Amino acid sequence: MTSQNSQLRIVIVGHVDHGKSTLIGRLLNDTGSLPDGKVAQVHEMSRKRGMPFEWSFVMDALQAERDQGITIDTTQIHFKTALRPYTIIDAPGHTEFLKNMVTGASQADAAILVIDGAEGAMEQSRRHAFLLHLLGVRQVAVAVNKMDRVDFSQERFEAVAAEMRAYLGDLGVYPSAIIPVAARHGDNIAARSENLSWFDGPTVIGALDAFEPQRAPTEQPLRFPVQDVYKPDDRRIIAGRIESGRLRVGDTLTFAPTGTSATVVSIEAWNHPHEVLSAHAGQSIGITLDKRIFVERGHIAHHEGAGPKNAHRMTVRLFWLVAEPLTVGRTYTLKVATGEHRVTVEQVAAVIDIEDLSSTPAKAVHRNEVAEVVLRSRSPVPLDLSAEFARTGRGVLLDGHDVVGGCIAVEVDESTAGAAVGNLHAVAHAVTNDERAVANGHKGGVLWLTGLSGAGKSTLAMALERALFDRGWQVFVLDGDGVRLGLNAGLGFSPADRSENIRRVAEVAKLFSEAGMIVIASLISPLKADRERARAIAGDRFHEVWVKADLETCERRDPKGLYRKARAGEIREFTGVSAPYEAPDAAELVVDTSALNQTDALARLVDYVDGALAADRVGTRRLG
Amino acid sequence: MSDLDQLESQSIYILREAYNRIDRLALLWSIGKDSNALLWLCRKAFFGRVPFPVVQLDTGMELPEVYEFRDRVTREWGLDLRVEMCPPEEDMDQTLPPLTRAAARKTEGLKNLLKGDAYQGIIVGIRRDEQATRAKERIFSPRSFDGAWDVKDQPAEFWDHYKTRFEEGTHVRIHPLLAWTELDIWRYSKREEIPIVPLYFARDGKRYRSLGEKNITFPVDSHASTIDEIIAELNVTRIPERAGRAMDNESEDSFERLRSAGYM
Repeated sequence: MTSQNSQLRIVIVGHVDHGKSTLIGRLLNDTGSLPDGKVAQVHEMSRKRGMPFEWSFVMDALQAERDQGITIDTTQIHFKTALRPYTIIDAPGHTEFLKNMVTGASQADAAILVIDGAEGAMEQSRRHAFLLHLLGVRQVAVAVNKMDRVDFSQERFEAVAAEMRAYLGDLGVYPSAIIPVAARHGDNIAARSENLSWFDGPTVIGALDAFEPQRAPTEQPLRFPVQDVYKPDDRRIIAGRIESGRLRVGDTLTFAPTGTSATVVSIEAWNHPHEVLSAHAGQSIGITLDKRIFVERGHIAHHEGAGPKNAHRMTVRLFWLVAEPLTVGRTYTLKVATGEHRVTVEQVAAVIDIEDLSSTPAKAVHRNEVAEVVLRSRSPVPLDLSAEFARTGRGVLLDGHDVVGGCIAVEVDESTAGAAVGNLHAVAHAVTNDERAVANGHKGGVLWLTGLSGAGKSTLAMALERALFDRGWQVFVLDGDGVRLGLNAGLGFSPADRSENIRRVAEVAKLFSEAGMIVIASLISPLKADRERARAIAGDRFHEVWVKADLETCERRDPKGLYRKARAGEIREFTGVSAPYEAPDAAELVVDTSALNQTDALARLVDYVDGALAADRVGTRRLG
Repeated sequence: MSDLDQLESQSIYILREAYNRIDRLALLWSIGKDSNALLWLCRKAFFGRVPFPVVQLDTGMELPEVYEFRDRVTREWGLDLRVEMCPPEEDMDQTLPPLTRAAARKTEGLKNLLKGDAYQGIIVGIRRDEQATRAKERIFSPRSFDGAWDVKDQPAEFWDHYKTRFEEGTHVRIHPLLAWTELDIWRYSKREEIPIVPLYFARDGKRYRSLGEKNITFPVDSHASTIDEIIAELNVTRIPERAGRAMDNESEDSFERLRSAGYM
């Protein structure tokens, strides 16, 4: 029962008026899938208009019911053959609705391309064929329709079939069948046609039943993009869907682009009768790891030595869906699996002519065009070649709130040479804060980490710097000790000098943040008044983070041996021992390092940064 | 993977995307078979918990079995249930036909729910095969705050990349069950042993094929008293799910006219 119920999704594409609706009407009728009374209703609709029985009215009649006459979008219809159920995705043929065609066709396991036997392939026939190839719909059959209009001529059919086979072959699409049909009369739809007795291939139904449901690529190397990180209790569950390959409990996974590794301890499942020991492509799962490494949405887990490329520069084949053209120098968000990356268009290598597949270099890509484009990213994009990994070798481009195009990767450059920043930001003073935020993918800001010596400020600051830098963010740590070696070399540790030290750090941090960077200032800064002054200097961009740990914990850690010295009287006015620490009462964030481990403390900080400084939300969320 | 495994995995993926990308989520629970399955999928996606509020738009007109089921499941599954009382029928546009007026209460209840920016995203258990306009829906479907759906200009949605960024004043409906059929829901409910309101099973030759308020929903003829029998019934029926709506078939454009007169 289960396999029998496994449905196949097919999309019917082709040029307008080549007979898509008629073919669908006939498929529904000839498989006995129409509701009772529908044929009588269509007879009546045709009679009233003084027409012979019009099969496409079956669709229109269904649509009158289903969607009140709106025919521009993709819709879905169900029917059954003796073998299995099907969903037909009816994709609009008009060129202005390409966005909807793409939406519909991308969900299909297989496609039927309908071509008028008299007219032959037209512009939209070719465009749709090209898009099927880009969308990854590999199973295609061609129905050469309206054979009744060309007297069921074998010669005419062979000519159309040869032309189509050549065109599709150039795209790397090999049709499983090319079938002569007269959909209006049912020739070669469900039953073989007397009129086409010279044809010994399958009927349309036969071709459909020969298609295979798309299967997740379980035998390829592992790609497990992280979708989210959950903490339902003391577990830390990395959630996502395996896009290719398999993983097992005990496997060591490496996460791109950071390269950190950990071993799978468990595959978590709810309401599952027994322990899960392995999982494979297509499954949405959650795993726990043996080490608390920093992992976030967008990272891709793989097995050692078989990972995706870390792309800085990539050539993609792209289709463009919106009126505003893609232009050289523009920055978009490239989304691959769950990861989002800021990319700039370096070059439009070629706009491809749909008619003859010739290519022409250009400065822009316009709506409905297909092109080869070179994209450049400051941060490494975990990415595969589309020819090797369909699902992690493709992505969408976003502009502002909208998906504006789709692309597949055809060439990837891992060297960072191509990542040299172009001339986008050369003239600093002509650039607004908003422009900087858009280009960087985040706003400038000062994260002021205050807390006792030994609370973990420096460790957290460095880990945060690494995590944000790996995303391609502009980030820099101003460490209290580091600043004292240069800028503040003349200052001592008297109350006045400590206060001046803080003031100068705040001024420097402000300048960095105005330049669009995220500055992580890590200073004990024990006095409220000093921190308030720093806040006044940096203004709205100031974020106070209290890295909290009780004195006992800090003293136990004592990473620099300072507490020991202070207790021995070797350091005077040591904060927490012989000088006060005034705890913040309105810090933007409190990170309690005596209660949280390092990974969780970092995750909390990253979450806060996402909420406060990201141009768009990324990052992880916690259950509960 | 069986087809049900694939549907389940896809729905979990969608729910997790919604939870990661959309602030202030809630799930609409009608207590029918579809939204029960949806709650079940949430528990799978989030390892036993439903991590957002579950909202029932209540007209006070549900059948008693429905309320009983709601309270039991809320307790047993630890749901954060929020009951939103819909405005009374007297407050509806009185020029609407009586049944439509009754149905409009839920639309108004939903509008009240969304007032004051309480939720940015609402998870709804609709299916493409179930009703007219739903076949054209996107999985992430943006709406303006009065609930308006711009069917002529929907976002592109492919390769599981959903629209998750919005203009101010927009909210999104998320439809994790769009690809499921009525039959799939029943097969899944059986496989997973999801609790079901008993009204779906035939008693005295009648059962509810879909559940709604007692004043505007009526049982259909059936002898299917178990899930297996319901599945067998659906496998052979050629009666559309909306067969009970006689007005659909009165004339060629009757449904269109009904809609322009304000029908949902």
